[in-house]
Amino acid sequence: MLELLRQPWPWYTSGAAIAFIMVLLLIFGKSFGFSSNLRTLCTLAGAGKRHQFFDFDWKTQKWNLLFLLGAVLGGVIAATLLKSEIPMALSQSTIDDLAKLNIIFDGQLNPSQLFGYQLISSSKGIVILLAGGALVGFGSRYAGGCTSGHAISGLSNLQLPSLLAVIGFFTGGLVMTHFLLPLIF
Amino acid sequence: MKGVKFILTGILFGIVMAKSEAISWYRIQEMFRFQSFHMYGIIGTAVILGMLAVYLIKKTKLRNIQGQPIVLHDKDKSWSRYLIGGSIFGLGWALTGACPGPMFVNIGYGYWAMIIVVLGALSGTYLYGIIKNKLPH
Repeated sequence: MLELLRQPWPWYTSGAAIAFIMVLLLIFGKSFGFSSNLRTLCTLAGAGKRHQFFDFDWKTQKWNLLFLLGAVLGGVIAATLLKSEIPMALSQSTIDDLAKLNIIFDGQLNPSQLFGYQLISSSKGIVILLAGGALVGFGSRYAGGCTSGHAISGLSNLQLPSLLAVIGFFTGGLVMTHFLLPLIF
Repeated sequence: MKGVKFILTGILFGIVMAKSEAISWYRIQEMFRFQSFHMYGIIGTAVILGMLAVYLIKKTKLRNIQGQPIVLHDKDKSWSRYLIGGSIFGLGWALTGACPGPMFVNIGYGYWAMIIVVLGALSGTYLYGIIKNKLPH
């Protein structure tokens, strides 16, 4: 059983599990949306005293922070108990395209060039991660949700705003991938 | 103790995202280059099953564990905030390979550099909170 779980999971298992998680949270009386946690963390850091947007009772989001804690623990379990030794089966054309940007596919989940120890020696790497994170944080609050809140919860409830947000996600993603990444790397 | 179920659901989320490689920077690049069905399969399956589940929840008037009817709120009507905000999000998603959930799963997985991405995301969220009223919504 553990052997089976250690292998990379197919997309349909993952997709079904994500839908299950969304339904489970609805049954618990909540709604699946991860990026709200970023706002709650700002409130916990004291932002509510300065800006109205962060002035709310963080305890109403305690459940979501516990979900976040679980997500971190899930990552720990996947990297230890359920760790797979099989290199990721990334498509060859992606490997070739990234090589043109001097990003080497190392078989891991994330390139060590960006997320490994090489980063510490490069201020450019830190700026990329900080700026990228800032775009995600700013954009998800501006759009009122991220992949979980819009693409999963919103589209499941046939919300036109969520479709617009997902179109935005892909517009930004395609522009970054095809036009900006060659300038950055 | 009421919180344990949320931690367990979060653990399931973290394991699923990591084991299906949805937390992978490479997989997000592959998706935005249309070079594999993998990520589309994950999102597509989740959305189709999610639509079916939400339809059934509404049809059967299912109640949550507090005994209240499950209500799904409609999102506010707008064009600009979703298209502009969504595009800004997309730029960051393709650059860091992580949306908010996977950032934290990655930290658990041992990618400590993701803490820097989270710090960026918190400052982006904070910036939005400051200039919110000056932006078109």
